[in-house]
Amino acid sequence: MNPMPRLTTAGVYGTSGAVALAGVGWTAWHGLQQPGIALAFGALIAAGELARCRALPGEREPAPLGAAGALAYALLARCADGPAAHGVPQTVAVVVAAVLLGSVPHVARGEGPALEHVVHRTLTAAFAAVCFQPLSHSGELDRLLGHGAWHALFLLALLALTALCDALLAAALLRDRTRYPYAPLLRDELRALGGVGAAVCATAAALPLAVAVAGLWALPLFCLPLLLTQLSFRRHTRVRTAYRQIIASLARSTEVAGYTRPGHARRVARLSCAVGREMGLSGSDLAVLEYAALMHDIGQLSLVDPVPEGATALLPAAEQRRIALLGGAVVRQTGVHGAASVAAVVERQADPYRDQPRAARIVRAVNAYDDLAGGSEGTAGGALAALEELRLATARDFQPEVVEALARVLARGGLAPAPSG
Amino acid sequence: MTALPTASETPTAATEHVPRAAYGCVAAAVLCAAAVCLASAPDAAGAAAAVLPTLLPLAALHTLCEIPSHRRPGRPGGGFFPVLFAAAFLLPPGAAAAVALPAALLGRVEQRPAGPRRVWRAARLVLAAWAAAQAFTLLGGGPALREEALPEGLVKALSAAGAAALVFCLALAALDGGMRAAVERMPVRTAWCGLLSAALPSYTVHGLGGLLAALLWNGPYGPVAAVCVLTPLYVSSRHFAASHRERAAHHAAVRALVQAVDIKDPYTRGHGDRVGQASVLIGRELGWDGQRLELLRFAGVLHDVGKLGVPTRVLRKDGPLTEAERRTIELHPEFGHEVVRGIGFLGEARSAVLHHHERMDGSGYPYGLAGRQIPVFARVVAVADAFDAMTSTRTYRRARPAAEAVAELERCAGTQFDPRMVRALARALRRHGWQPETTPETTPETTPETTPEAAAAAHGEPDSAAPGEDGRPGVDGNVSSASASGTR
Repeated sequence: MNPMPRLTTAGVYGTSGAVALAGVGWTAWHGLQQPGIALAFGALIAAGELARCRALPGEREPAPLGAAGALAYALLARCADGPAAHGVPQTVAVVVAAVLLGSVPHVARGEGPALEHVVHRTLTAAFAAVCFQPLSHSGELDRLLGHGAWHALFLLALLALTALCDALLAAALLRDRTRYPYAPLLRDELRALGGVGAAVCATAAALPLAVAVAGLWALPLFCLPLLLTQLSFRRHTRVRTAYRQIIASLARSTEVAGYTRPGHARRVARLSCAVGREMGLSGSDLAVLEYAALMHDIGQLSLVDPVPEGATALLPAAEQRRIALLGGAVVRQTGVHGAASVAAVVERQADPYRDQPRAARIVRAVNAYDDLAGGSEGTAGGALAALEELRLATARDFQPEVVEALARVLARGGLAPAPSG
Repeated sequence: MTALPTASETPTAATEHVPRAAYGCVAAAVLCAAAVCLASAPDAAGAAAAVLPTLLPLAALHTLCEIPSHRRPGRPGGGFFPVLFAAAFLLPPGAAAAVALPAALLGRVEQRPAGPRRVWRAARLVLAAWAAAQAFTLLGGGPALREEALPEGLVKALSAAGAAALVFCLALAALDGGMRAAVERMPVRTAWCGLLSAALPSYTVHGLGGLLAALLWNGPYGPVAAVCVLTPLYVSSRHFAASHRERAAHHAAVRALVQAVDIKDPYTRGHGDRVGQASVLIGRELGWDGQRLELLRFAGVLHDVGKLGVPTRVLRKDGPLTEAERRTIELHPEFGHEVVRGIGFLGEARSAVLHHHERMDGSGYPYGLAGRQIPVFARVVAVADAFDAMTSTRTYRRARPAAEAVAELERCAGTQFDPRMVRALARALRRHGWQPETTPETTPETTPETTPEAAAAAHGEPDSAAPGEDGRPGVDGNVSSASASGTR
């Protein structure tokens, strides 16, 4: 095992811990400036973190209100009655304290404090504060940009930069954990910025401006739009989860019917996704790949008698293709946008690889591997023999690059947990 | 929070043909809108120089919010209301109405004909925005908003904005309701029913967003800060639209599960859908509504999904079944439960899949539950299942008329079926009749020449009362004993 990658995580966590300690220590030593403002923002952040408690799996930013509150506190230049006087250390201290306070219920329920979450909050708030507050407190910013639209634009630019850095960091941590290639992970992170990320940044820019115009009581009022975003996002996630469950059930139906071995669809889907990431797929390509892998065997339901062990890889080619076409017809029924591309993958899964879309090549190779290796995660001999057989068929059936990516994924100890999203 | 109002697309049904009455409504709305614009023209002409710097960016912003709907299907181009509200709070009524115009005329139209729809949408939004701005002005919201004395000014502005949101909502509801009443010829009261209550919460939030945006627009930071307030609202409206769209995908996905059964057993094609419909008929009669009814439909549609687990050879077997085969078939509720148990949102519907072959006297399967131990969803689905099995054609017997089927159900009420459900079905059928939406039959079925007697004779012992002793036991419903006794 390569010890290098773990270093990134350790480094990031260490830095964040040091920053937090320094901030809290400094603030404890020098006392709290403008405690009213600190309290208001702290309460907002803590409340935002509390809302994390009903987070659903796959939610990238479970506490948008907390994130926006932390960034807004870092970017606060003035309150209605005068300039803000909190420095970078106090920003960090308030954010850390509020995030930890907001995590108390989660810890109490045994969910753990989600350390990575705290690390992100601390580092992004510290980054934004370091970029903004020295400029602002020295009066340089007012002299350069004035106190109008340019100030607002500067805040937005700074927030965009912060979000970018956060995405870089998140992708690095994810790569550390899963050891997938960095670029697709980063692409996923950046794509996620478009939705909730944009709403968080916009609110984080609006809050300091609103507080400057109208005073502290504007805080709860201007948080409402973001609260609505969180609600709608959660609802959307719930709907998507339900859809995934239906697809998973559909995939399991072949197992219930005795056509495939238990867990086959799920194994093929997991391994296909790992291979897909290894080959640099991301976003919607990966989703199509996952759904296609889950449902690749659905056409077997049309067989009057099950194939022994459900191993379609061992059937004659024409029969394989017929089953693939029938499966595609079922998938077209599922009606989600993208069903057509999933169906195309399922239909072409038995073709020679040169005629196939990329996802179908992956599904074909992984399916054959799972059939040949006997589905047991265990025996190295079975896995090696299966891989060898795939390699021998790379002239026509399997794409060599896919087989090599599969070999790499397997050599790494197989299946790192797939990152959410 | 309800989904974004999509009422803008209600005027006509999916058909291309637009009724005369719809054109009448559109013409009336356009006339009103024109009158409104003309009435405020003199003021606007005088204040054009003062108004344009606010009007143009707002109109551009509103149009911009509509453009992505070209790429994203499903978002009905009904306007992004927070921007309209901001316009209503920042501008005089005539100018606020003008902000709505370009987006409504340029935005995407889902259904044809596009022209009249665009005009209707524009007139509708123009009128609503004008009314909201008028309300806000009358209540003195404008000066309150510009006043420096916050928060007193803001409290006043908030109440004026609330009133404006209410007026906006009322105007849209009146227009949509009128159109609905004219086109679908329903009474005005029914047309309006639900329009207001469903939309009011989201309009209130949009009104608040518009007010906050207007507040910052007037402030030193200007339009940039206002856009920051509107962004989260825009993101959330997109999410709402997406959930709305994907909910529709649920139905398709569930249907795909059922289609997987049809592949194995083409013989009972469409059975699931019809049982779903019959279950909903019963549920309505029991006074259920909304989410519960939706789940009941899913329960009906999915009740036989466990046939996936029954070997195809047994399912398609023509002729009497052996004891072992019958037992295999009786496993299908458990297989079905195994398939659907991972689908969280089905909730109670899952129990119906497991228990739809239980009987009231406790002699059913898989668990032999009796009476009220049987989940209520399962009791509904059992009746609907048997009803459809009797009223649809099978290879071994002809379809029976609904009245005869109901009589049969009533005979078995108490022992096999819950009498309450049977009564509900009978009432619903008297009221609405039974016209199942049939899926096109592609399978070469129907040899209706076979008389019931012949079929019964061919398929074994018709006398036995136990379910599943008939030719196609249990698979196509609880009807086995019922149909058997009917053919005696």
